[in-house]
Amino acid sequence: MREVSVLRSAFSPQRAGVRRRLWRRFLRYTLSAAIGYTALSVVSLAYLVPFLWLVITSLKVQEQVFTLPLTWIPDPIMWDNYYRAITFAGFPFFLLLQNSLYYAVLSTVGIIISCSMVAYAFARIPFRGRDILFAITVATLMIPAVVTMIPTYIIFRKLNWVGTYNPLIVPSWLGSAFFIFMMRQFMMGLPWELTDAARVDGAGELRILVTIMLPLMKPALLVVGVFNFMWCWNDFFYPVIYVNEAGKMPLSLGLYAFMTRGQTLWPYLMAMSLIVSLPIIIIFFLAQRQFIEGITLTGLKGV
Amino acid sequence: MQKERRGPVPRGRAKVQLSRQLRTDIVGYLFSLPWIASLLIFTAYPTLASFYYAFTKYSILKAPRWIGLSNYRTLFTMDPVFIKSIYNTAYFTLLLVPLGLAISLGLALLLNQKLQGVGIYRTLYYTPSLVPPVSGALLWMLILDPRLGLLNTMLRSVGLPGPGWLTSPAWSKPGLVLMSLWGGGSSTLIFLAGLKEVPRELLEAAEIDGAGVLSRFWNVTLPLISPVLLFNVVMSVINSFQVFTTAFVAGGGSGGGLSGGGPSGAAGGPLDSMLMYMLYLYRHAFHYFDMGYASAMAVLLFLAILGLTLLIFRSSGRWVYYAGKQ
Repeated sequence: MREVSVLRSAFSPQRAGVRRRLWRRFLRYTLSAAIGYTALSVVSLAYLVPFLWLVITSLKVQEQVFTLPLTWIPDPIMWDNYYRAITFAGFPFFLLLQNSLYYAVLSTVGIIISCSMVAYAFARIPFRGRDILFAITVATLMIPAVVTMIPTYIIFRKLNWVGTYNPLIVPSWLGSAFFIFMMRQFMMGLPWELTDAARVDGAGELRILVTIMLPLMKPALLVVGVFNFMWCWNDFFYPVIYVNEAGKMPLSLGLYAFMTRGQTLWPYLMAMSLIVSLPIIIIFFLAQRQFIEGITLTGLKGV
Repeated sequence: MQKERRGPVPRGRAKVQLSRQLRTDIVGYLFSLPWIASLLIFTAYPTLASFYYAFTKYSILKAPRWIGLSNYRTLFTMDPVFIKSIYNTAYFTLLLVPLGLAISLGLALLLNQKLQGVGIYRTLYYTPSLVPPVSGALLWMLILDPRLGLLNTMLRSVGLPGPGWLTSPAWSKPGLVLMSLWGGGSSTLIFLAGLKEVPRELLEAAEIDGAGVLSRFWNVTLPLISPVLLFNVVMSVINSFQVFTTAFVAGGGSGGGLSGGGPSGAAGGPLDSMLMYMLYLYRHAFHYFDMGYASAMAVLLFLAILGLTLLIFRSSGRWVYYAGKQ
């Protein structure tokens, strides 16, 4: 008897209302999810397809680059385009790679050392005039490079540094407004108790910085390091001014020079482009989470 | 304050007991010394020097010679290429900034959905901006080839005409804009971070009150992300004004190849349609070594950027809403 009445109530009109609502909510959720995924995927095509085209072209023979209809699958697949691009006669790939690494690594080391020192002073050493100095630092972020470019070039020319990597690396060892800002914001968020305790114990500021603050700052240091490395690796503007000679240029310039020497061998160019992009993409994938945090950290908190 | 230690003072030597604040000051300035040096040498001095050089004729090999406003007079009255470069840069900026921001915001909204695996799409949208600008420029030169490039072939297959892109004076700048849009991932991430700060309760309350999707966006989301929008607008304008690498590579150099000598192809693009302000400045500074003239250009660009930024900030009082955090 009770079972029948339970069954009957399960299909009663009131229950139907609840079921209808649940069903509608389920539909609405899956529908919006479906629309969401579709939109995301369609848009991602716009970003993926050019990339795909880069890879596809890099595996083609020159004759298949411009065909009608489009050649989507190269035939034959020229895997050794990559080898041939690197060893192309007259193109010193490994020399340029070395140059790029030299630039990026030395600059990044300099940035990390100098910016953490200065940021520490801004964040933890209450010296007079500090806040004004910090305000000036942030203000310089608004000064476009164009207005300092020429006199800076003249300074380096007088020092006979044009044609070397010094103009690109030495300023990094003195600091950079952007990274000082970033690190200072991060340091402000670290707990005071540790540094206070160390100070009471008589530790000098440098000791505090190195042994206490820096280990706590690993994510920020990683972001700064990756950011700067990537910036130097991709840099075209400063090398084109200072190190534009054949044997001295970094890979970013080399890629351009590769194109301008005679006919444009697109497969090799694309292969080379991919090779030059690869280190950055790999580093990004390895340090993804901190990377995105770093961008949003400066993008938002700094405003 | 700690009591100063009393003890045997060494004879014959003045012992200076510095106040605690002074010691802190010294340490602080010591730590900041590299940066202070950089500010003086690489920021303050060059900025002032640029203003000075702008009034001189300076060819590096000889000392600068004061010529007053002569550079500016030449720029505005006798240099049509200069005027063209201003037009090009303004056109490019006006096209790229609104389009770029709209797309970035749209993407960020898409990425803000609570879906599984949305992080993969985020990585996908951001990766092109990691590619070195040179690589990106080369790729797009390939894609935008008017006869058989990827884009035109696709356009023609759906019946649309395929414009000349980088080879056509009318379409070269839109082509540049396309290239720049592809690599504009970081503003998307910044928008996304801003969107995540919008409290769900507000949106839900609006929904309960009957606001539709568009109304919720316009009246709730947009005001709350307006500080982020301001930041992205300013940064986007400043960057567009100074576009260099993409225009350099796609336009075929700046007239003189890399090492300052030798012929080059369409330097500046067809009919100089891709000659951006920075390219022209670069040409005068590092090909003609006319530092005075180039400095005059640099100063003008600086003032333009400064002026526009101030204008944007001033107008921001009316449309930016700070949700009590500042």
